[in-house]
Amino acid sequence: MTSFLVRRILGALMILLIISAVTFYLFYAVPRDPARAFCGKICPPETLQLVRHNLGMDEPLFVQYWHWLVGIFAGRELVQFGDCPAPCLGYSFATQEPVFGAIVDRFPVTLSLTFGASIVILAFGIITGMIAAWKVGQPLDKIASASSVIGASLQIYFVGPLLAFYLVDTMQLIPRPSYVPVTEDPVGWFTHLLLPWVVLSIIFTANYTRMTRSQMVEQLAEDYVRTARAKGMSNRAVFFRFAWRGAMIPIVTIFGVDLATLLGGAIITEQTFTLHGIGELAVRAVQNNDLPMLLGVTIVGAAMIVILNIVVDVLYAFIDPRVRLT
Amino acid sequence: MTTVSWSGEPGTSRGPGPFLSVRDLSVEFSTEDGVVHAVDGLSFDLEKGTTLGIVGESGSGKSVTNLAILGLHDPAHTQIGGEIWLEDRELITADRATMEKLRGDRVAMIFQDPLTALSPFHTIGRQIGEVYRKHRGASKKEARDRAVEMLRRVGIPQPEVRVDHYPHEFSGGMRQRAMIAMALVCDPDLLIADEPTTALDVTVQAQILDLLKDLQQQFGTSIILITHDLGVVANTADDVLVMYAGRAAERGTVREVLREPRHPYTWGLLSSMPRLNSSVDVPLKPVRGTPPSLLNPPSGCPFHPRCDYPRLAGPELCFGQRPDVSPETGHGDACYLTLEQKRELRTTQASDQTEAQIDARTEDGA
Repeated sequence: MTSFLVRRILGALMILLIISAVTFYLFYAVPRDPARAFCGKICPPETLQLVRHNLGMDEPLFVQYWHWLVGIFAGRELVQFGDCPAPCLGYSFATQEPVFGAIVDRFPVTLSLTFGASIVILAFGIITGMIAAWKVGQPLDKIASASSVIGASLQIYFVGPLLAFYLVDTMQLIPRPSYVPVTEDPVGWFTHLLLPWVVLSIIFTANYTRMTRSQMVEQLAEDYVRTARAKGMSNRAVFFRFAWRGAMIPIVTIFGVDLATLLGGAIITEQTFTLHGIGELAVRAVQNNDLPMLLGVTIVGAAMIVILNIVVDVLYAFIDPRVRLT
Repeated sequence: MTTVSWSGEPGTSRGPGPFLSVRDLSVEFSTEDGVVHAVDGLSFDLEKGTTLGIVGESGSGKSVTNLAILGLHDPAHTQIGGEIWLEDRELITADRATMEKLRGDRVAMIFQDPLTALSPFHTIGRQIGEVYRKHRGASKKEARDRAVEMLRRVGIPQPEVRVDHYPHEFSGGMRQRAMIAMALVCDPDLLIADEPTTALDVTVQAQILDLLKDLQQQFGTSIILITHDLGVVANTADDVLVMYAGRAAERGTVREVLREPRHPYTWGLLSSMPRLNSSVDVPLKPVRGTPPSLLNPPSGCPFHPRCDYPRLAGPELCFGQRPDVSPETGHGDACYLTLEQKRELRTTQASDQTEAQIDARTEDGA
């Protein structure tokens, strides 16, 4: 188990290294000059040169990358912005704020959004899928399957404004979505985020419904489930104690990936409800040619994915005793 | 609906009879292509403490019959007709709660492939123990002790350690022993073994069959042994039922059926089986053709497309009318040939075989 974790964490660090290097390179492959944008509209060549120097962009690419990398672990001194303590991801070209600080500020919004949406997704997705599998072929199954297809076909930027118009503006049932820190006002946090949670989960839930249904149907046809029935186990025991155990593995797998994606920023949902999370930060970084911010957001998103991948692998071993963590 | 009595409700009880009695059983599956007549008009009896071997090709309805006894067919796609009496209780019309109480307690089943038939997610001990807990209301501790005892009884070494292992940590033979332990944990009256040795290698096969025999002698369990291996039947069973296309082709004691087989299909089965005492050069004679489609069974005798003797028995009978097993008790078979004709055909067959053996030996000598 320990050696498994050590190896997986080393592997994860390698992946993050590669991702950051590729992102770094790609940014320069794009024919746009961040220094020119930084310099302003009227920009004499000597000023541009100075800006380049101050941003550290007059050095070879791999040296720049090396400085960036070292900054994460040791901090660095930037000509333009001054001291940047570790973990230093640099300063935003656009807003001049430290990248790490900006991400830390935005993270609670993304985390809240992800947390609430995950609960809605898992609860609705799995329960609906279970009902469909229990009543397979019957009207309830057909209703559940059909509504999951409809859910999967909807778009956040369509459902979001529509629901906001009815629930917030017309009926005034819930407040306009925004982020209220949970530490300040838990009830406000809940009510203000309820609509984004629901809207974000609509498209994801459908996946889990279909996955749960098909996995349960498949597991229920397994030999060991027949054995359980032959032992006199009740339908409920067969369903929850035997079949569910096997159906969980693929669900855990896709949930790990979805969770990581959400933590990397739910861009469309954040844009739709003007929530200032990681996703919004990423969009702005792209629009502003903001390399440090873009790299920071990319690395955080990638880190979420590799960490959750390890968590999922560890979970496998808990669900299925045949899986050995070696 | 909390108590289920075994005395039977009004209208479901009947006088004393065999321990298990299957009467005119039919099992039909509705599929997209039509209705499959997996079992069609099958009757047989099983006495207490004896072993019935059910033999037949794949798709002859052996397993389907036994899943019907346990009520394990999906009711949404299955039509079951006829009667199944376990002592004084009819099982086809029994409700779900009754069947749940019965399964694993009075009637238990072991399956062909113990790797897929055991849950990969639970320890052997838990899988054995939960049957005991369900039917005997035992505590976790009692169930575990019982599981250890059962593992010891079926000859698993170090049962106190093995009880906490998972099926994938057992070898094939050990897994089947664990499966048997699980089936016998509540001392069932009837054990259905569905090809229990097919997935095992030959040396382990013999051990498992011996184990079943020993347990039967100790506890007086009745056993239905489903197999396509006549050798297994010869060693283990008291009675034999040869099934073909969802029906009984022949039934009788082991001695009767294997020594004096009457149905041409049984002849085919016997001559397609290698024997230790015959020369290796005598070619095995498989039953020609393939088993019939049960979606669309042949008219008359279902075996007629593969049979060599319809001309002898009378084509209008063989092609036109389904034969019943006769006589009704004892050694009987479903074929229109007369007993004399069968005896004669057997004698010619046997002499053909002897000739083939002699031929083979002379070739050896040359």
